[in-house]
Amino acid sequence: MNNLPDIAFKVRQHIIRMSTDGGCFVGASLSAADLIVYLYTSFLNINKDNLDDPDRDYLFLSKGHDVPALYGTFAEIGLMDVERLKNHLSVDDNIYWHPNTKIPGIEFHSGSLGHLPSVALGVALDIKMRGGKNRVVCILGDGELNEGTCWEAALVANAHKLDNLIFVVDRNQFQANMATEDLIPLEPLHDKFTAFGAAVKRIDGHSFDALHEAFSAYPFETGKLNVVIADTVRGKGLPSIQARADRWFCNFTHEEVESLLKELAGDETTNLTSETLVVR
Amino acid sequence: MSYEELLTELAVNDERFIVMTAENRALIRNLPAKLGKRFVDTGITEQTMVGAAAGLALRGRIPVLHALASFLSMRAFEFVRTDAGIPNLPVKLSAFIPGFLSDGNGATHQAIEDVAIMRGIPNVTVFAAADEQDLVGMIETIWNSPNPAYLRINTRKTDYQHTPFKIGKAEVIAEGTDVTILTYGLLFEQALIAVDILKEQGLSVGLLNMRSLKPVDEAAIIKVAKTSKLLVTLEDHFNTGGLYSIVAETLLKHQTAAKVMPYGLDKWFKPALLPDVLAYEGFTGKQIAEKILGYSTNAIQPEIATPEFAE
Repeated sequence: MNNLPDIAFKVRQHIIRMSTDGGCFVGASLSAADLIVYLYTSFLNINKDNLDDPDRDYLFLSKGHDVPALYGTFAEIGLMDVERLKNHLSVDDNIYWHPNTKIPGIEFHSGSLGHLPSVALGVALDIKMRGGKNRVVCILGDGELNEGTCWEAALVANAHKLDNLIFVVDRNQFQANMATEDLIPLEPLHDKFTAFGAAVKRIDGHSFDALHEAFSAYPFETGKLNVVIADTVRGKGLPSIQARADRWFCNFTHEEVESLLKELAGDETTNLTSETLVVR
Repeated sequence: MSYEELLTELAVNDERFIVMTAENRALIRNLPAKLGKRFVDTGITEQTMVGAAAGLALRGRIPVLHALASFLSMRAFEFVRTDAGIPNLPVKLSAFIPGFLSDGNGATHQAIEDVAIMRGIPNVTVFAAADEQDLVGMIETIWNSPNPAYLRINTRKTDYQHTPFKIGKAEVIAEGTDVTILTYGLLFEQALIAVDILKEQGLSVGLLNMRSLKPVDEAAIIKVAKTSKLLVTLEDHFNTGGLYSIVAETLLKHQTAAKVMPYGLDKWFKPALLPDVLAYEGFTGKQIAEKILGYSTNAIQPEIATPEFAE
């Protein structure tokens, strides 16, 4: 646990370095970074030696565009060669804006929202049918909860009492263009999931202690879908883009990247001149 | 004039228009302020947006819907078929980043079966814009037609001056007796380059912009089949169900034989930035020309602009 902030810091550096020469969805990647680092280092039984083991755990990254956080985490835990991150968007590799299974450790491709709650549900159902003990985590975006299929999956998980399935909502308060509450309000989100039959915990998604306390309580209630609503900040770690609706997909200049890396370390703020509201 | 400017002009002055989006605002950033309640963002809910659009159309509105092509054509498919197609309601779909325009997003975002899917629905008409000028020249006609319509949006700029748009008519760019390229959408700009290279090699080359894919210009297809030794169906779409299929169906219907080279995709393409995608997949103008010729040339491929999605 002690070194988690250091790992998360390095993952954020990787994310920032991928946000140029074509760019990436930097805001969502930074909001999910601590969740993803915590889960791979401290909760999930997933490593480079057990990827073919049917008894290992699973993580499905449903919102998809936060995959730079996953690439960075994979580099830090030895699932991916760190040098490979330099191939981001290269036509000669497979490291692009959404997850794909040509990268060992990625369970399923995503990018079309509201798909992986159902896929994760299927995996969890099979594990239950076979009497397995492995746990299935699905990370969702809060904007993604607009999609009805997320709620269908919750209904079905409830019907099958899938307490081996954990939905983690990266509640960074923004979808692509604006604050979630200004478009399709989600609150009271805790109550919504509770009404769907889930056992819900709402925590600070940037606190490793809070993450540890929540996940240590798995399964939250016997026979119930586990839901963790992780309150996070879009662009966490970079004050110049934090919680900004117009900084979703970012394609920074090389100079901005150097400045943002210093900003991440707390040394300076960045004067951003690159285009905002880039849509991919 | 841009897509957004024309949409604004039409919608502000005509109460029938409702501009909708499933949280994809790249083309319509300024519409909320201009339209007030007639701008409806349903959030990331493609299916619900299409169903709601059908309800609005039942009440006499013309809903113009914006979402990524893959989600509009595939996720919302049954809603388009059942709620807009069966009752033949004027629900107008503006499909963003179709085909290669999804560049680095990956297979989830690659709409390269959308033409096949959408043209398979009775009543639904299907169109593709060769560039921004072509797009702006076609939308008023499409939106004023009584049918549901699926439009592949393309806001890239070329120097070509298009002729007026008519539903069911191809745009004849050039006529030739050796080879005729039939294409639509983004690849129009590469086809222009390919035509120049082929002409330099001494061939008589034709080019059709098949901007109305359904209804399609059967007469134009039959004419080039009879006057050109080789037809090339060039598309950023699977060969199955796209223009290659449309041409094959048309030839069979009219009992006309022709030599046709399918120049489309058989699988999902490699995600990367657009210029790299085109080169990797063999769709630059120079690559197209050389594949048709069967040999290499000294032609120079002009630089391909990266997409401008920033508003």
